[in-house]
Amino acid sequence: MIRFLFKGLIRDKSRSRLPVLVVAIGVMLSVFLHAYITGIMTDMVEQTARFSAGHMKVMTGVYAENADQIPNDLAMLGVGDISEKLKTTFPQMHWAARIKFGGLIDVPDTEGETKSQGAAMGMGLDLLSPDSEEIDRLNLRNSLVRGRLPASPGEILLSDDFAQKLGVGPGEVVTLIGSTMNGSMAFYNFTVSGTLRFGSTAMDRGTVVADIGDVQLALDMQDAAGEIVGFFPQGYYDDDFADPVVQKFYDIFPAGNDEYAPVIRRLRDEESMSLYIDMSAYMGILITAVFMVAMSLVLWNAGLLGGLRRYGEIGLRLAIGEEKGHVYRTMLYESLMIGIAGTIVGTTFGLCFAWILQEYGLNIGEFTKNASAAVMMPNIIRARITVTDYYIGFIPGVLSTLVGTALSGIGIYKRQTAQLFKELEV
Amino acid sequence: MKTVMLVLAMISGLQVYGQDALAILNRVDKNMASENRIVESTMIIHGKRTSRTITARSWSVSNLKSFTEYLSPEREKGTKMLKLENQLWIYSPSTDRTIQISGHMLRQSVMGSDLSYEDMMDNRKLTDVYLARVTGNEKIGDRNTVLLELTARVEDVAYYSRKLWVDDERYVPLKEELFAKSGQLLKRTDLSEVRQIQGRWFPTVAIFKDMLKEGDGTEYRITSIKFNQDIPDYIFTKAALKK
Repeated sequence: MIRFLFKGLIRDKSRSRLPVLVVAIGVMLSVFLHAYITGIMTDMVEQTARFSAGHMKVMTGVYAENADQIPNDLAMLGVGDISEKLKTTFPQMHWAARIKFGGLIDVPDTEGETKSQGAAMGMGLDLLSPDSEEIDRLNLRNSLVRGRLPASPGEILLSDDFAQKLGVGPGEVVTLIGSTMNGSMAFYNFTVSGTLRFGSTAMDRGTVVADIGDVQLALDMQDAAGEIVGFFPQGYYDDDFADPVVQKFYDIFPAGNDEYAPVIRRLRDEESMSLYIDMSAYMGILITAVFMVAMSLVLWNAGLLGGLRRYGEIGLRLAIGEEKGHVYRTMLYESLMIGIAGTIVGTTFGLCFAWILQEYGLNIGEFTKNASAAVMMPNIIRARITVTDYYIGFIPGVLSTLVGTALSGIGIYKRQTAQLFKELEV
Repeated sequence: MKTVMLVLAMISGLQVYGQDALAILNRVDKNMASENRIVESTMIIHGKRTSRTITARSWSVSNLKSFTEYLSPEREKGTKMLKLENQLWIYSPSTDRTIQISGHMLRQSVMGSDLSYEDMMDNRKLTDVYLARVTGNEKIGDRNTVLLELTARVEDVAYYSRKLWVDDERYVPLKEELFAKSGQLLKRTDLSEVRQIQGRWFPTVAIFKDMLKEGDGTEYRITSIKFNQDIPDYIFTKAALKK
């Protein structure tokens, strides 16, 4: 019977072409939208994790309370010991001490007088240890615009826009003017080893990156760091992974009255991140649900229109003795075939468009010019094709079509056999 | 007519009050100001977590020119600071750079203390910037003091109002509180160990407390002070910073 129905659909283009097209367009939009939203959400969440929050972050209690002010005077002391304990207790995680700092980058002229000066946000990262993952984690190698990565102490990376604004390039000396952990003014000379493009306007405006050892020397922070960030082995944030880490952390570092005792924060605990994490997790479900409702309404309408168009055909079939249930079932089978065909076509096109956006991206730099650094928004947004995208279209594509047909097909049971010939005389 | 008389009486009363305050401030100036001075000092910064001691030697001419060389600790040794009227430069020996401090950097603390560069930069006499009036008498320790309240009469001032407790016999300030326009107390200074040096009374210990900063304040202790010395002019040049 299925073969019979299939042939019927193929031969009667008016019964197959439009419904398949409607389903295909809907599924295509659904798959593309899912990949697009997943891409944006994951990029935002993970970019914030990589550059700022980590999946987990260890700080002193008072530093955590004032973290937006980057209060290095409240930084952790004895970071070497704390890092060792973290690595031993959570061997599957990757931990890295970091120092964030603010200051001025001052470029001298040949007389040693200030040639140019600009406010900078700085990051002290482990760039020089052979086993450090920070360079890969922050994708610094691929972000290089000019020069090279720091290879020895005393070298610094500047965001390319910032370097151009200051009129400085690789090989030239700049002076960091900042504030030590004790509040004194700090001066430290660096040689620019290279320039970077982060792809985030907030960071490209004025970011410097140096080895944490140099930053500790510059800011008088020996064996101290503002934060130790931890990353999960799976490479993405997961609440189920984070919660046991928090619990175990306080077994090792009990929370007491000491405001300088280390505390741990999940990525979710960062400002605005909770919303983004939840959004990225539930976006697929949300889109599918919304799409299913919309598609059901569209296909119900389409089914009703089809039912009206096939009013005579169904009446004739009932008149020659075909059971109402059989007619209803064949319509469901037909819609199932249309749903599957439309979903395959729609998923293929949706994946194609998503792939294009994933590979080439869409530059939205113009809109993120004044973005803050609280949640890092990349300048180029990309879709991200996940396994879910291969099957997510089937749920609304097939189900909605079936539901639409099932709803519109109820009319078959309302037809009175005794009235059929009278109706067919028309 | 009655009202006019009342207003005139009030104005003349205020004037007498103002003149008293002015006379007190002038006598304070006689003690505290000098043609020039050479000071050796120890600054103990009582931070929230640690205390640090910094020693320095400074040369100054009135309120307009000063040159400070930090002698210890090792990290700060050789750092020099030159103030010429409204300009301030810092020389850092580790970078061999001379940097002019301006704009928001002036609000930074000097060596992590409770003093800001901005505090060092105001050259103007109190009487040029503030309207002063005597508001009462108080006792600080065993000394009787006159309490002066100073309110800014110019716009570009770091502290809108001040309270000054002046020893009514020696005419040296013993305590000062600095306020924002909102009335919030920003800084407090307690001065003590008043000694007679070269015929004038002078407090040799000052405890500065930035009320917005944690910690127990900064203790500034003068270990040696000489007034009206022969100070060569080259000291107050940028070239002297690198020497």
